[in-house]
Amino acid sequence: MPALHHYRRRKFVNALMQVVTCVCALLVVVPLCLVFYHVLKLGLGSVNWAFFTQLPKPVGEAGGGMANAIVGTFELLGLAALIGVPVGVLGGIYLSEYGSARLNWAIRFAADVLNGVPSIIWGMVVWALVVVPLKTFSALAGGIVLGMMMIPLIMRTTEEVLRLVPNGYREAALALGIPQWRTIVQIVVRTALKGIATGVLLAVARVSGETAPLLFTAFGNRYWNHHLSEPIAALPLQIFNYAISAYEDWIRQAWAGALVLLLFVAIINVSVRVLTRDKLARGG
Amino acid sequence: MNAVAEKLPLARARRFARGALADRLFKGLAWLMAVSVFVLILLIGYELAHGSNLALRKFGWHFLISSDWDPVNEQFGALPFIFGTLVSSLVALLIAVPLSIATAVFLTEIAPNWVRQILTTFIELLAAVPSVILGLWGIFVMVPWLRENLFPWLRQWLGFLPLFRGPIYGVSLLAGGIIIAVMILPIITSVSREILRSVPGLQREAAYALGATRWEVTRIAVLSYAKKGLFGAMILGLGRALGETMAVLMVIGNRPQIVASLFAPGATLATAVANEFTEATTDIYLNALFEIGLVLLGVTVLVNGLAQLLLKAVAGPANAQQ
Amino acid sequence: MKMKDLIIAAVSGLMIWQAPCEAQMLINGAGATFPYPLYSKWFDEYAKIDPSVRFNYQSIGSGGGQEQILSQTVDFGASDGPMSDENLAKAPGKLLHIPTVAGAVVVTYNLTGAPSLKLDGALLAEIFLGKVTRWNDAKIAALNPGIKLPRTDVIVVHRADGSGTSYIFTDFLSDVSKEWKKGVGRNTSVKWPTGLGAKGNEGVAGQVKQLPGAIGYVELAYAHQNKLPVAEIKNASGNFIRPSLESVTEALASAKVPEDFRFSMVNPPGAKAYPIAGATWLLVYQEQKNPAKGKKLVEFLNWAFSKGEAMAAALDYAPLPAELQARIAEEIKSIKY
Repeated sequence: MPALHHYRRRKFVNALMQVVTCVCALLVVVPLCLVFYHVLKLGLGSVNWAFFTQLPKPVGEAGGGMANAIVGTFELLGLAALIGVPVGVLGGIYLSEYGSARLNWAIRFAADVLNGVPSIIWGMVVWALVVVPLKTFSALAGGIVLGMMMIPLIMRTTEEVLRLVPNGYREAALALGIPQWRTIVQIVVRTALKGIATGVLLAVARVSGETAPLLFTAFGNRYWNHHLSEPIAALPLQIFNYAISAYEDWIRQAWAGALVLLLFVAIINVSVRVLTRDKLARGG
Repeated sequence: MNAVAEKLPLARARRFARGALADRLFKGLAWLMAVSVFVLILLIGYELAHGSNLALRKFGWHFLISSDWDPVNEQFGALPFIFGTLVSSLVALLIAVPLSIATAVFLTEIAPNWVRQILTTFIELLAAVPSVILGLWGIFVMVPWLRENLFPWLRQWLGFLPLFRGPIYGVSLLAGGIIIAVMILPIITSVSREILRSVPGLQREAAYALGATRWEVTRIAVLSYAKKGLFGAMILGLGRALGETMAVLMVIGNRPQIVASLFAPGATLATAVANEFTEATTDIYLNALFEIGLVLLGVTVLVNGLAQLLLKAVAGPANAQQ
Repeated sequence: MKMKDLIIAAVSGLMIWQAPCEAQMLINGAGATFPYPLYSKWFDEYAKIDPSVRFNYQSIGSGGGQEQILSQTVDFGASDGPMSDENLAKAPGKLLHIPTVAGAVVVTYNLTGAPSLKLDGALLAEIFLGKVTRWNDAKIAALNPGIKLPRTDVIVVHRADGSGTSYIFTDFLSDVSKEWKKGVGRNTSVKWPTGLGAKGNEGVAGQVKQLPGAIGYVELAYAHQNKLPVAEIKNASGNFIRPSLESVTEALASAKVPEDFRFSMVNPPGAKAYPIAGATWLLVYQEQKNPAKGKKLVEFLNWAFSKGEAMAAALDYAPLPAELQARIAEEIKSIKY
């Protein structure tokens, strides 16, 4: 009977597509597993005490470490947060608590567009704005470019999180005579603080791996950075410089650096997931 | 507010007024921070336009159609970079879009809860991997493997196409496309997932009621309903692909040229800037690089803008994007 | 509240941490990857002699060195391609070319067994022009009888960034091949007819090491440190010369150095001279804007020419002959700070 034949074919196609989509899902996961595997395998052996505490050695000599690059990355992230967090959080507050529908739509659109600007273009712009007038590559320039990249990210996540705070809280506070700004700062933001913090952490993790914008702002430094106006080493920059070379020792260190960076980023992302899952479970 | 203050005792009135001032200050501050995004966009646009002034005036439209990139003779045509960008992004989309949408379907329609949790964690982790680490892995693991295994196989079986002819270096436009695909998989997957999730349950139920199998429900009720949104996800992925720099730089071969073979090395707009920015010795050279940046900015803003519009139109304002 | 406290703590931490390190000066330089192995050794040793100053050198290529010193974003530049007259005219002050050492640009390749190949200028030009595409080509075999050459493709690797090493190499090719001179020319950045681009000497060495069948040009130290084979190149006298300290010194001996110290030494006449060699320069402004930095820079330069030159040989760079060093010492004296 034709109907039965068709049905069998439909069942087959159904089963086939379930398998196909499952396979595709696994394929998507495969590159990640491979990357983690190789970074672990090739980097683990080289992540030793020397790696964390020593400065790079002269070209061609084995040994040395990436201490200045690791500290440099943290310094840059700190600077970036100084810029990105206040602007992003306050901007997110505006989007969620104030503003008109049209203005807010435009701001959100602009923020999303900014999120899509390639990081190398940020680098060019900050080069023209900071490096050229100051006539030097600097940690300041590096921090500014990373901070600017964080602004739209933090703004959007802050807005989303603040939106989740029930309106009842705001209304209760206003009813008690608390001024609006204090309502926002001490009640709404405080309630959403964990969400805002996770948004900030995610933005930090996202810019910690950026290399392109640092190429012409932070520039790199073989030594410790002592001043905001000096060039500074950064982990992704150092990894890049070592990775494209032929020195086996440098390549070994590049893998080690990659492992440190990858773990840093992975740990932040996983902990954020765990934290937000808690939040959802508790109901906000 | 003033009328009320008049009726209250002076102290309380003063507190009100102070509160009002503080309110205005705070709102003003927040407003300032929020509109900084406009300032940033304008700043980026201005700096790029200003920085490419000379080149814009000297080359005009010729910049986009000439393939002569010659710093020595001060002739700059960006066509090879535009070609490289388009080809690598296209290859990346061709690989990533089917995989991502299939994965999104798997995650929303088929996978049990525990599988979904694990897979989503993995995919978000992949999104978090920095470009330079993928590039490192690309140089030492992916490219040698491609050179020894996939590329010769492709040349053997599909060598009748001009796409798969010619010498195999490993580093190539195809390698660039593949690594970009790996990088845009997570974003297309997660946005597609959101889109599919937002398809009303009623659609699915109606299809089931008519006796459709699970796949048919997905195909008829979900996918075709979500077509516009999925297209938006795809464009978003394209936007991301256009701007990728580091990993591409490390595996694409850095040779500005326009060729038919995917095995040949190439260069993209982003890699051109990364490679040559710090050493543009003449003003016109630097301007030409800024103009490349301007082209790249223009293209990514257009593509991302289009994607955002599509996604917002489909999912509504409540569905916030990345 | 907690976030605010964290931020305040972090900023105070940063401020406090800045203070005790103020005493150390950082002098920034950028440029050639060609002499990078030697310079990094010099800066490392000098830091032990004068701990109050650190020299941060980023090897971004000669093109980068020239650009950064012209825009004054670094304190000194380094380049193995001499700066052109027009670029010198653009500089905001008089820019001095201070030659430091000479080095060899070697041709390195990736073939199984790492055989020692003999090549000549005309053949090199044809390879880099994309005319000779297989390793077992008759022309290569003619110069290397007895070596079994595979049928694989020749994969040319060149510099993707502006490079003094490229300058020296294309200088040589322009000298030996009219076709090259007309079609491509000599510069730090040229339109390469064929091949892959890599960043820096490090990048070219890396690509050649990774790609079977690749051929590229790097500074001698990079080939040695990465255990890559080098080719013997036919010089003007007709002998096939292996790049080494001795053959570069020979080449240097016959070089004529003008007043402004910009000179070329490719394809020299000496019988034992290596034909593809060049000097590398530090680019320093005669009028130093920052007196403290200028003083330290001059002290370093004087050290480089008294003690530093002695370290060059160990890394296969040829130190400059005594008369030339004497002239350079005079030039260094002219630097005002």
